Amino acid sequence: MTIRQPYVETSPPVSDEVRKTTCYMCACRCGIDVHLKSGKVSYIEGNRDHPVNKGVLCAKGAAGIKQITAPSRLHAPLRRVGPRGSGAFEEISWDEALALAVSWMKPLRETAPEKLAFFTGRDQSQSLTGFWAQGFGTPNYAAHGGFCSVNMAAAGIYTIGGAFWEFGQPDWELTKLFVMFGVAEDHDSNPIKIGLGRLKERGARVIGVNPIRTGYNAIADDWIGITPGTDGLLILALVHCLLEAGKVDLEYLSQWTNSAYLLDETEGATKGLFVRNAESQPFVIDRRTGMPASWDAKGVQPDLGAVWQGHRTVFQHLAARYLAAEYAPEAVASRVGVSALRIRQLAAELARVAFDEAIVVDREWTDFRGNVHASMVGRPVSFHAMRGISAHSNGFQTARALHLLQILLGAVETPGGYRLKPPYPKPMEAHPTPHFEVTPGKALSGPHLGYVRSPEQLALKADGSPARIDKAFSWENPFSAHGMMHMVIPNAHAGDPYRIDTMFLYMANMAWNSSMNTSAVMEMLTDKGEDGEYVIPRIIYSDAYASEMVAYADLILPDTTYLERHDCISMLDRPISEPGAAGDAIRWPVTEPDRDVRGFQSVLIDLGAKLGLPGFVDASGAALYRDYADYITQHQRKPGVGPLMGFRGNGEDVGRGAPNPGQIDAYIANGGFFQAHVPDEAAYFKPWNAAYQDWGVAMGFYETPQPYLFSVYAEPMRRFQLAAEGHGHVQPPEAMRGRVRAAMDPLPVWYAPFGDAAAEGFPLHALTQRPMHMYHSWGSQNAWLRQITGRNFLYVPTKVWVDQGFSDGDWARVTSPSGIITVPVAHMAALNENTVWTWNAIGKRKGAWGLDADAPEAVEGFLMNHLISELLPEQGDGMRWSNSDPVTGQAAWFDLRVRIERVDARTEALPQFGVLGNPGGAVQKSVKIFGKDFEKSLGAGGEGAA
Amino acid sequence: MTCLPGHTEKRLGLVIDLDTCVGCQACVTACKGWNDQGYGAPLSDQDAYGAEPSGTFLNRVHSYEVQPFEGAAQVVNFPRSCLHCEDAPCVTVCPTGASYKRHEDGIVLVNESACIGCGLCAWACPYGAREMDADAGVMKKCTLCVDRIYNENLPTEDREPACVRTCPTGARHFGDLGDPTSEVSLLVAARGGYDLMPDLKTRPTNKYLPPRKKDARTDASLLAPLLDLQAVGLAGWLDRVLGKI
Amino acid sequence: MHPAPSVILFTVLSGLGFGFLAFLTLGLVQPQGLAAFLSFGLGYALAVGGLVASTFHLGQPTRAWRAFSQWRSSWLSREAWVSVAALLACAPVALRAMGGVVPGGWGLIAAVLCLGTVLCTSMIYAQLATVPRWNHWITPVLFLLFALAGGAILAGLRVPAGVLSLALAGMLMTAFRLGDGRFAARGSTLATATGLGSIGTPRVFEQPHTGGNYLMREMIHVVGRKHSQKLRAIAVVSVALPAVILWALPGGIVSNGLAVAAHLAGALAARWLFFAEAEHVVGLYYGQR
Repeated sequence: MTIRQPYVETSPPVSDEVRKTTCYMCACRCGIDVHLKSGKVSYIEGNRDHPVNKGVLCAKGAAGIKQITAPSRLHAPLRRVGPRGSGAFEEISWDEALALAVSWMKPLRETAPEKLAFFTGRDQSQSLTGFWAQGFGTPNYAAHGGFCSVNMAAAGIYTIGGAFWEFGQPDWELTKLFVMFGVAEDHDSNPIKIGLGRLKERGARVIGVNPIRTGYNAIADDWIGITPGTDGLLILALVHCLLEAGKVDLEYLSQWTNSAYLLDETEGATKGLFVRNAESQPFVIDRRTGMPASWDAKGVQPDLGAVWQGHRTVFQHLAARYLAAEYAPEAVASRVGVSALRIRQLAAELARVAFDEAIVVDREWTDFRGNVHASMVGRPVSFHAMRGISAHSNGFQTARALHLLQILLGAVETPGGYRLKPPYPKPMEAHPTPHFEVTPGKALSGPHLGYVRSPEQLALKADGSPARIDKAFSWENPFSAHGMMHMVIPNAHAGDPYRIDTMFLYMANMAWNSSMNTSAVMEMLTDKGEDGEYVIPRIIYSDAYASEMVAYADLILPDTTYLERHDCISMLDRPISEPGAAGDAIRWPVTEPDRDVRGFQSVLIDLGAKLGLPGFVDASGAALYRDYADYITQHQRKPGVGPLMGFRGNGEDVGRGAPNPGQIDAYIANGGFFQAHVPDEAAYFKPWNAAYQDWGVAMGFYETPQPYLFSVYAEPMRRFQLAAEGHGHVQPPEAMRGRVRAAMDPLPVWYAPFGDAAAEGFPLHALTQRPMHMYHSWGSQNAWLRQITGRNFLYVPTKVWVDQGFSDGDWARVTSPSGIITVPVAHMAALNENTVWTWNAIGKRKGAWGLDADAPEAVEGFLMNHLISELLPEQGDGMRWSNSDPVTGQAAWFDLRVRIERVDARTEALPQFGVLGNPGGAVQKSVKIFGKDFEKSLGAGGEGAA
Repeated sequence: MTCLPGHTEKRLGLVIDLDTCVGCQACVTACKGWNDQGYGAPLSDQDAYGAEPSGTFLNRVHSYEVQPFEGAAQVVNFPRSCLHCEDAPCVTVCPTGASYKRHEDGIVLVNESACIGCGLCAWACPYGAREMDADAGVMKKCTLCVDRIYNENLPTEDREPACVRTCPTGARHFGDLGDPTSEVSLLVAARGGYDLMPDLKTRPTNKYLPPRKKDARTDASLLAPLLDLQAVGLAGWLDRVLGKI
Repeated sequence: MHPAPSVILFTVLSGLGFGFLAFLTLGLVQPQGLAAFLSFGLGYALAVGGLVASTFHLGQPTRAWRAFSQWRSSWLSREAWVSVAALLACAPVALRAMGGVVPGGWGLIAAVLCLGTVLCTSMIYAQLATVPRWNHWITPVLFLLFALAGGAILAGLRVPAGVLSLALAGMLMTAFRLGDGRFAARGSTLATATGLGSIGTPRVFEQPHTGGNYLMREMIHVVGRKHSQKLRAIAVVSVALPAVILWALPGGIVSNGLAVAAHLAGALAARWLFFAEAEHVVGLYYGQR
């Protein structure tokens, strides 16, 4: 029988060309295959060879095609002509724009460089932007880590010399139990998804600790719906249980951590510091001899139980603290909202998998002491944590507590545990300290951001006042390793600690979702002094899109989209390494801009040359680099080490080598990235593995091997406590002594989030999560993504839903100690019973992002930011501290407490603000049929016999 | 051909693992992207930047909350697209023969040049698999990426539907469900893959793998304290612990 | 289901037209000459007008001719064939009637084809297992009764028209009552639609898109209960009213016209409800019906 059915062309040509570059829709930095037809982007898919995403791609990545046609794209440089915030601009030429910027900045550099504040948001070129700011000589530079997850980064560096974030990952192939704390969509998104998929495939167990059971937590085998802000207490209760049962990896603690260091018991300025020998080195007591021995001596067996001249080991202090009854599950259960039995079950499960199901990788390796190990013993328990624990005012200590738990289980850098990605692990001591001393006309003496070891390294002026506009590295937040972008505008507006002249921002939507207390920030940006001038006199802003912030700038430098630019994802910054390979990557213009825009990094290099900044001009004052691409290949941070590690010298050098003019072409030919693989014997135990250390030196990560011990006890923190106790030259102001003493505990500790202090009458915790399809980007301008989530609801747990008599379609007034919003609500049962939440950054201001003023994002969409103050309520002494972690300054978004009450149904969320014009120029609307641009290569053809 | 072929040489389809889907929407936009420039008319969007954006999507991911008989509520993310049914009611109702099921692989397709846009097939489909494109006026549906899976211009490993290729957690599987030895068939057998709305007797090819049992407490023994801490104190504890090294 | 005006008009008008044509071709009324021309003309106008209205519902109306191809499996295709056959079959009867010739056996064939068209139309809906309210023998019965009652009224057959109108009203009430329980009786729920019933009770947490889509516009239409009760009463009373009019009022153009108007109003209201109250199982996925 002949079967008649239509003929279908099953092998149509897919595209004319595939260009491989790097995605920029979030911080994942996946490899993408960009298909082009007739010179236009026709389809984007994941690059199968790429180490980050291995071919897969998230919803944002595949929708990237809509980013390059969005009507919100800025078209040309703009100069403000109306009042700030009105959105009235005139188009100017690049020559005019650059001349204007130079005319503002050059006098500042010559007289008072600190009056330029340069802060970058979702910047993926921090090694360049930081270098530029350093050359300018202002101490006021940082990116957005301070309001993102610096608690995770800093706690990790100070403890294990690496961090969660994207700097490490579970050993997805070998781990048997994976526990997530506070992980929604976050760094790094596709690798976590791929990893979860692998675990599911292997039948490994996943536990989610999160007040909200969505996304990754929805597929967890077990969900612990913890009360927000109490993760640290839960973790320390687990530590209690493990210690109580003796289920800790003593060998690991003794060999690879500072648990065997002795703590000085002498009252006075050294109390609690490590006991040191004549060479000022901490030492251990060798079990074999009972005598002091160098911590890195061959064959040494550090004694965790040693008592030497009355000084006890860190391990003994640790045991004493966490064995105390206050950390017993029964003591913490009601506070964390998890039953004592459940906590004990979790502890038992951790211990069982770590110790009873230990794995052995049959691979010989040699440690830094010269001891040879026949195999690699692994504890197949792994953890990940992100904003859920990080965005609290106790987040640093909580993250430290989690690292402590990992260490006690022997599950960091061992098979099946948590593995760091090159250039991590890297000891805190190998990081720079903050540099901030200003000399007009000169560069800073070193990088802005770093890791302080002692109070002397705080960024304080001679009079003790903060040297930085964001007050980073001050007593309020000594370890603010990523700066505190969220404090820049409030501080600049208040003139505290001093006034600035020009604020220079890149990709940071400070007039909307990137600020706490958004409406107050908008007022600060438009506030004028008695002289009629703006309190923040000048604002320069670079972005590719008409974000809310654009309306508040005086000069707009329009950036390209990510498919139209050069970039490098660099080992000097935040590379794309895997635990088993160092990796970096590039972006290159796979399509040309159709507007008068320039890549911000090229503009910055141009400005650097025009300002004559060191590093951007040669001895004659001539520009060193044509553009960013030229910088990427030619710049050397130290001899032989530049932004990209691959194809150096003659094209074959890796890590170190002379600049290679053909380097970018070589990257393009290689799929846009480069990987240098860690040798097999160096794959685990990296901080202590001689082979790894040697490889790191060859790669240019450091000049000499840098083995180190994990800091169960963080001695730098103790130095701050000593200062608070009245020791040393640099001491905190009187009013802050108590706070510093409490916050800078050198052993992980839990205290109630600061938000709880003002929580009376505000019984609910309020959280936000980012939808996976919009994480780290703004999907509202994307024609596809905004159909998926174009408005948000406040999700309300069953108990509150019933108590308030809510039903579908209802609205509620949400009140915090500092603000009120009125929003639509929806019911969610799989939620901690004292928590409400919503999707973050869905709400938009009317007219922003090239959307119609009646877009649902602007009408019903809302931000939680209006409820959050950047300052805590007044203390007894009249001081108002920032709403941040007292150690790092991490914005405490998730400390928010609220109450809600039902209100009559309405059509608009509150608050509302005026409608912004679209400075993006020609708005294209209504039916957009992209595919029509292409000649259809196949269609439903005529009928034929098949 | 608007009659069903009765028997197809293969039964190509998807197996969707609800235990693994995190609801990230990656399959949704990968599908939209591929099919916007692939088989047939583009997938148009109306009011794309306005008050009521609405476009054609061939795959949508729902999110459900399930309250078990005991224990905490669960969230299940649920991708929904054409199931390429054996007894596809969308095919038999079609008056023009535009809607058909391919005899060689069982893919249900719309021959758009013969589609009059009457919408009856969408009415006949219980699963909401078909959407009329408001611009093209023809019915759009999942083609199982018929222009990818056999495409000799693609590398062999890419000859799978765009949604499967992009899925970050690997929750989507593609293969021949008519072959009991295929990976997808084995997966369905091992994990108890099931049909949606079996009562409607459409005999879907696509299968869903149920979420694994959640919140099952391990009743394994809790950790026993090494000794009575109250009695022996920290020193006693230390001796006992360190004696083990 | 979305009560699209084009489809409501199509089914109501063509049903009425074919019903009338059936009475004419059966010779139950025998207009002659001009009256025959006008009567057949009206029947044709209603039937063809309805069919034309149906094409407004199409995304590609210019390809409507393709709908003839799938008569073996598709009720819509069968409807196309049968309707054309009916219209063709009526033509010689009409011509002969104008010439004063009474329809014979050929008229019977034409009448069967006319009512067959109505049956095919009804089967388009009745065949859909996805819409339990329609998926029932009462749907074709109702459509045929509408055609017959309307046809009888137009034919001016006062007694049969009254009887058929009352029967229709009764059947309509029965259809409402049966229809209300059909969805539940079919047993499709969110649990069967998702297969998640084995875990517990599912409910919608988030819609796949906050933006609207074709499915929701087409398959999900929520009618207020009060609104629906009112319309049902109007529909039942209106379709019954011709019996009162035709039996109580003296015969003539006025009463006939009133009866037609009442029937038409009832038919439109009933047909609007037929769509608006029909719940498609796909609504389950959206937690809406």
